[in-house]
Amino acid sequence: MSAQNVLFDVPGPRARARYAVYTVFTVLAFAAALAVVYLGFNRTFGEGAPPLLSARAWAVNPEGQWAADKWAPFLDPATWTDYVIPGLQNTLTAALLASVLAIVFGLVFGIGRLSDNRGIRTVSGAVVEFFRGIPLLMLIFFTMALPIAVNQLLQAFGMPPLTPGTFQVTALTAVVTGLTLYNGSVLAEVFRAGINAVPKGQSEAAYSIGMNKGKVMRLILIPQAVTSMMPAIVAQLVVLLKDSALGYIIAFPELLRSFTLIGTRYGNVIPAAIICAVIYVVINISLSRLAIWLERRNSRRGRATPHVGAVGVEPSDVEPVGAADTGKRPDEPGGH
Amino acid sequence: MEAFLSNIDKVVDGFSWTVRLTLFSALFSFLLGILLTAMRVSPVPLLRGVSTAYVETIRNTPLTLVLLFCGLGLNSALGLSLAGSVAWDVFWWAVVGLSAYTSCFVSESLRSGINTIPLGQVEAARSLGLTFTQNLRLIVIPQALRTVVGPLGSVLIALLKNTTVASVAGLGVQEASREMKLMFDQGIAPVLPTFVGFAIGFLILTLPLGYFFGWLSKRVAVAR
Amino acid sequence: MRFRRISTTLAGASVLALSLAACGTAEVGGGGGGEGEGEGDRITIGVKYDQPGLGLLEGQAPVGFDVDVATYIAGELGYSPEQIDWTEAASANRESFLQQGTVDMIVATYSITDERKNVVDFAGPYYVAQQDILVAADNDDISGPEDLDGKVLCSASGSRSANNIVDSEEDGGLGIGAELREAGNYSECLELLGNGTVDAVTTDNTILAGFAAQNPDAYKMVNNPFGEEKYGVGLPKGSTERCEEINAAITKMWDEGVTTEYLETAFGETGFAYAEEQPAVEGCA
Repeated sequence: MSAQNVLFDVPGPRARARYAVYTVFTVLAFAAALAVVYLGFNRTFGEGAPPLLSARAWAVNPEGQWAADKWAPFLDPATWTDYVIPGLQNTLTAALLASVLAIVFGLVFGIGRLSDNRGIRTVSGAVVEFFRGIPLLMLIFFTMALPIAVNQLLQAFGMPPLTPGTFQVTALTAVVTGLTLYNGSVLAEVFRAGINAVPKGQSEAAYSIGMNKGKVMRLILIPQAVTSMMPAIVAQLVVLLKDSALGYIIAFPELLRSFTLIGTRYGNVIPAAIICAVIYVVINISLSRLAIWLERRNSRRGRATPHVGAVGVEPSDVEPVGAADTGKRPDEPGGH
Repeated sequence: MEAFLSNIDKVVDGFSWTVRLTLFSALFSFLLGILLTAMRVSPVPLLRGVSTAYVETIRNTPLTLVLLFCGLGLNSALGLSLAGSVAWDVFWWAVVGLSAYTSCFVSESLRSGINTIPLGQVEAARSLGLTFTQNLRLIVIPQALRTVVGPLGSVLIALLKNTTVASVAGLGVQEASREMKLMFDQGIAPVLPTFVGFAIGFLILTLPLGYFFGWLSKRVAVAR
Repeated sequence: MRFRRISTTLAGASVLALSLAACGTAEVGGGGGGEGEGEGDRITIGVKYDQPGLGLLEGQAPVGFDVDVATYIAGELGYSPEQIDWTEAASANRESFLQQGTVDMIVATYSITDERKNVVDFAGPYYVAQQDILVAADNDDISGPEDLDGKVLCSASGSRSANNIVDSEEDGGLGIGAELREAGNYSECLELLGNGTVDAVTTDNTILAGFAAQNPDAYKMVNNPFGEEKYGVGLPKGSTERCEEINAAITKMWDEGVTTEYLETAFGETGFAYAEEQPAVEGCA
């Protein structure tokens, strides 16, 4: 790998010794932190606890978080079929719907902000800044309260209220709307930044061979922007998936809500939170890996342009710095 | 709207906590983010591994859970206290949780910024004899920061809004959204005007930030 | 063509997403006894899913005092238990659910207040809860709100119970100098109480009793209640007729002694001295 290291030289004997010292320190610090967390959750840490080196401190305390009865509910298949799986299904449904809509929203308004037409530019900018500026929690809540708002408005104008049932906002709709508006506006900024980051020469060259604006955008700029911004896009989709957890405020029965209910029913808030976190991490990391795989497959096919940041350098030299030391390809979000 | 305005002192108090949470968390997550990025590209393999594992775990956990672990785990179960009074104790734990979470996004943004730096720059720096830290400090980070001013602005705005989660998750910092929830849960003020009032409050904070970072990113953009 | 590939991927994803959405929201815990195949009318009732003793989701269906009351009322309105669809009602969606007709009624520790009466109708109250304090079982220092001076008190997000104790007397509180720690919900409060991070948890005695019953060895109630919360049945605005029917049902429920049975089932094992008299029914607007 030393051949790929660009930020530092091949370590000599003294550097290697220093690195070994760093490594040992890191391992020790990590082990200490782990022990404190274990003992803390075991309620055998701090004042009034048994001595640190006694067997009693390290044995599982029936009153601590590692007690078997706090974890037993997760061995019961009913916990999974009644709570976890439906919750997961709702989380994924909301996230998938919102991802697609947010990408569309992002492309529309991101490109809108780069329009030559001043009006379109201003409107797109206003929309993006507005939805970027309000907490998601409030967007979700507001969508849910829309029917009330409509009724209050109708009342204010002296019109009869809607009959119940004609205008319904389901919890899913409210969550998806909130997620789309917020993440869509963040993605709009990402797309805009990506398009701006494509070297000028690219679009100049495209114009010079007679492409019109639409074609330059569609064939030259967006594909390169999407490629270079892939890590940011995937990161945002992961944020979106996690943010669907905020649906709990309107009782949207998603994954985190399911685990809150489990924690309430069995009095095991911390074990439930740990398992819930593990599930989220697994899903989100798989999502990132999927994106890398898609990306790599695409780039292996018809990609001739060197990396965005490396124009003017020989194509063989275009490994970007951040990915270089891990030996990854330039277009990977690196290290996943 | 009158009910909302008559409670304006509570609203202002709530937003003052929101701003304090944002300022401290922004500072710490920026520093931690740079540290994580430096570790991520460092010559020591274990440091790279630790940084990667940290970012991948925390980034992929919902913020609610991160804060829950800070509040119920580190603070309550481990009995670690950061301040004498409860209000400041939960405040600092919320800052810890928010910084731990946001630093991952700072680090990811910086790394994508590093990805846009032409390789020749770093090679030139090394051929001049710069060490790893000098290289990072003088060549890589300054350029990376300039390219990611826009994304970092987004991260900051997201942080400001994420402070609303600190009102739940076992901490209960008395920030703006908690005041809002109190107002309509207890029927102090009608739902809609209250909501609109708080939304405006957040926009007053986030819109100038958005425009400032938009302006700044243009101002410092690296011409390539 | 790179872009085309991106758009096909996008299109594929949207088709998948839409087909998923067509399946609708998966029911956590299923819709109670919602197996009935088109046998006449159904009624949708919103209850809490996260309050032991009152409305707690246990696997397939919620159980608790509120759920029992709702089932009884539905019975009086002509719906058998099989015709009831349960839905989770959270504080933030109760009014929306009623207004847009997602639920027909809400029985979910829903306190009758003048503000709420502007948006929804209330039948009842079917029970008047009082505020009380929950402490660790081995705590003998605290026997009432006045002992909380200088202690740390836990209250769940969005609840004003703790403020009733610490607010000054002009603001309608007791003016006691306790520090507040707010958790996301009562399970978190109990976690904090178990760790000794807080000294006491305060809210409606019904809610506290439900949690105490889950772990009677670890926690105890002080049984020194004060204040009142009138639990009503939430209805869409303008349902005066149904409100009258429900009030009749509530009176019948108390007269037959069924309410006391329900309370005994929910809270019998705790030391909770629940009210055994029907609260005065308020008129329907």
